[in-house]
Amino acid sequence: MDMPVANPAILARKAALVERLRAVLPEEALISDPAETRAYECDALTAYACPPMLAVLPGSTQEVSDILAICHEMGVPVVPRGSGTSLAGGALPTADCVILGVARMNDVLETDYDNRLIRVQTGRTNLSVTGAVEEKEFFYAPDPSSQLACAIAGNIAMNSGGAHCLKYGVTTNNLLGVTLVMMDGTVVEIGGGYLDSGGLDLLGVICGSEGQLGVVTEATLRILRKPEGARPVLMGFDSNEVAGACVSDIIQAGVLPVAIEFMDRPCIQACEAFAKAGYPMCEALLIVEVEGSEAEIDHQLGLITEIAQPHDPVELREAKDADEAGRIWLGRKSAFGAMGQINDYMCLDGTIPVSALPQVLRRIGEMSKEYGLDVANVFHAGDGNMHPLILFDANKPGDLDLCENFGADILKLCVDVGGCLTGEHGVGIEKRDLMLYQYAEADLEAQMRVKDVFDPSWLLNPAKVFPLSVSEARRGDLADVA
Amino acid sequence: MTPESEEELSAVLAERRDPVLIRGGGTRGIGMEASVLETGRLSGIELYEPGALTLVAGAGTPLAEIEKALADGNQRLAFEPMDHRGLLGSEGEPTIGGIVAANISGPRRIQVGACRDHLLGVRFVDGSGSIIKNGGRVMKNVTGYDLVKLMAGSWGTLGVLSQVSLKVLPESETEATLLLPCPDVATAISRMSAALGSPFEVTGAACAPREGTLTVMLRLEGFEESVAYRAQRLADQLGDVSLVSDRDESRRIWREIRDVSAFHGTTGDVWRISVKPGDAAEVSSRLEAEALSFDWGGGLIWALVGEGSDLRQRIGPISGHATLVRAPTDTRTRFGMFQPEPAPLVAISAGLRERFDPRGILNPGLMKTPAHA
Repeated sequence: MDMPVANPAILARKAALVERLRAVLPEEALISDPAETRAYECDALTAYACPPMLAVLPGSTQEVSDILAICHEMGVPVVPRGSGTSLAGGALPTADCVILGVARMNDVLETDYDNRLIRVQTGRTNLSVTGAVEEKEFFYAPDPSSQLACAIAGNIAMNSGGAHCLKYGVTTNNLLGVTLVMMDGTVVEIGGGYLDSGGLDLLGVICGSEGQLGVVTEATLRILRKPEGARPVLMGFDSNEVAGACVSDIIQAGVLPVAIEFMDRPCIQACEAFAKAGYPMCEALLIVEVEGSEAEIDHQLGLITEIAQPHDPVELREAKDADEAGRIWLGRKSAFGAMGQINDYMCLDGTIPVSALPQVLRRIGEMSKEYGLDVANVFHAGDGNMHPLILFDANKPGDLDLCENFGADILKLCVDVGGCLTGEHGVGIEKRDLMLYQYAEADLEAQMRVKDVFDPSWLLNPAKVFPLSVSEARRGDLADVA
Repeated sequence: MTPESEEELSAVLAERRDPVLIRGGGTRGIGMEASVLETGRLSGIELYEPGALTLVAGAGTPLAEIEKALADGNQRLAFEPMDHRGLLGSEGEPTIGGIVAANISGPRRIQVGACRDHLLGVRFVDGSGSIIKNGGRVMKNVTGYDLVKLMAGSWGTLGVLSQVSLKVLPESETEATLLLPCPDVATAISRMSAALGSPFEVTGAACAPREGTLTVMLRLEGFEESVAYRAQRLADQLGDVSLVSDRDESRRIWREIRDVSAFHGTTGDVWRISVKPGDAAEVSSRLEAEALSFDWGGGLIWALVGEGSDLRQRIGPISGHATLVRAPTDTRTRFGMFQPEPAPLVAISAGLRERFDPRGILNPGLMKTPAHA
């Protein structure tokens, strides 16, 4: 993975930059000692690391504005960072950048149950947003797997999803407004407590822009009342095809579960060995969860099992209570941990049309043999968001490259069948060089125009999203600034 | 100009130097003086996969054709697009491209999201004639910037849509409506908030005069037993309600809310005001309106006012916006259709329009904040 070479002219400004930042930040908010900046050298895509020139941890929108204005004036690139849980390298530093971490900004600013919204500083973790409204039985719907650690800032940057977005949507569908600080320090309020934009939908394009348009310091989020209850049913099938057909039938029948999770045999085996959840040994397993009152849940689960019967499930286990529900989810929720026990793994994130599921799983199986690397599949089946986990040995020379090539082939396959490279993790550096496989140059040019408007000097989160060859002319301006 | 393909559309715009008025079905009356560019020949459903909840269609496809296909699959466009013909006295067939370009959503917006939330992908031609695609036809997609959202509600000013892909959802087995008389708007808003803050999945919360009495209407949809159960629980919670359990009758109520039927055939200007629901009572009291109708739990106010009055002046600074939906041309020219934006947003929006439409030919001026604002 190529990253731009550190610009010596920018590195030479470090002392001057530190001096200017000291004037606007408390001492503990500025980290310049290389021993300490190393803590920010990577995110959850740990295969790549590069310590930044500096790290700053502002405590307010004003401080963020001051930092960005100074960096803008001095031509220093800035990499925004939430909690550093990106699986795509979205917060990977360059050696000549300032890491701007929002972790200290984690207050709840306003809780408004009548209008069903909460306003938070974006360093707040995803789960603690729900934590702040739980006492009134409300919750914040997007639930990425890393929700205990990941920050709302990163959720907005990557437009994060989760297991329950079949019903509740992803971050962009639950975001009402933001305070955005642009690279030149300008603070902009977009959206608020009302629905729908009065002009161009800038909120819609900021969400998912991977921190390249501005730094979001505050966010107004939609909160929802918790359902009366929720329970899953677990179903095992003889083949991936049959399980895929069952998913399609459930959706068509008019039942809209909150989640439909799919695991294949390698994944079931690993989870079972790790968590001992009592999963049946079969080719494919579905966990389907529905919500409502006890009677509503019974009714929907009844319909689902009725739909599943013609597909001859080898196992059908309805959760009768919270305890059984917990056991059904136990294996699925420990899938990544289970995989980590066996091997190093790379988690992919392509999305495919649900109808292409059997075909894609078959082809991944074939490729697995060709590459000589095992794959386990676990994914959100209702919306076609796949998470193939490729197992490899990081200590074995060449294995990481092999794994990356295999991963790229799987993602290209997703595009070939009408899907996309990433459903919820983002492009970052990981999928950057595959963008031209999904998009034509004119398509990327249109996206880069948006960046030109928000960040004309291309200083924010450099070298992400767009292939370096495509963004070269624009990034060329970088060295000339200041 | 009626291009028959995306390539033709591209050729037309690449050479065009003068403004064009982009028209789908022409039912939403943006009323500008310019040569008309029609999308009607970019028509047809290209893909409909009920099991994947997705539909792809040419931008000029009539809404009626899409709704028919979806009804045959027992599915629907869940964002419930409004039909403007009754309100504006316009004719023609609404197209899916027009709905997307204007981000038109109905009462169910509060529960399932707006049109933009159901838009999975777009193909469009920008003001220079470049053919651009963004998004795709899958439900989760964060590959690159989300121009899909940007195009929804851009009213053609960033490009002319040629194709859209949409998420569709199952039709509900049945629906019912609770009616709740209220003494005043503030009470009505608080009752709607209570209902929307309940676990009973209210899919419509509106308030309007009904047989002379201000009435809150709450819609429940789903399987029959479930609707009955939730209606009972809500009734217990709210008290003094009557229930419309007939599905067709309930549907009629929500069609009328969606299309603001109460204002059909009236004279006067019609404004559409988007606010935080909690601000609705106060804001609406300042409007000096001849008639009012509230949707989205109070977050959407429809106001009928005397011709030529500057409603934005009356409202004063708000968190939200007021759009002039129906008025004579001179009033629209005077006030502008869209709420003027604060300076930093004006700069960003102008920058985007300049880059997507460098010659300023696509519905020029329509979304622009006037310099004197």
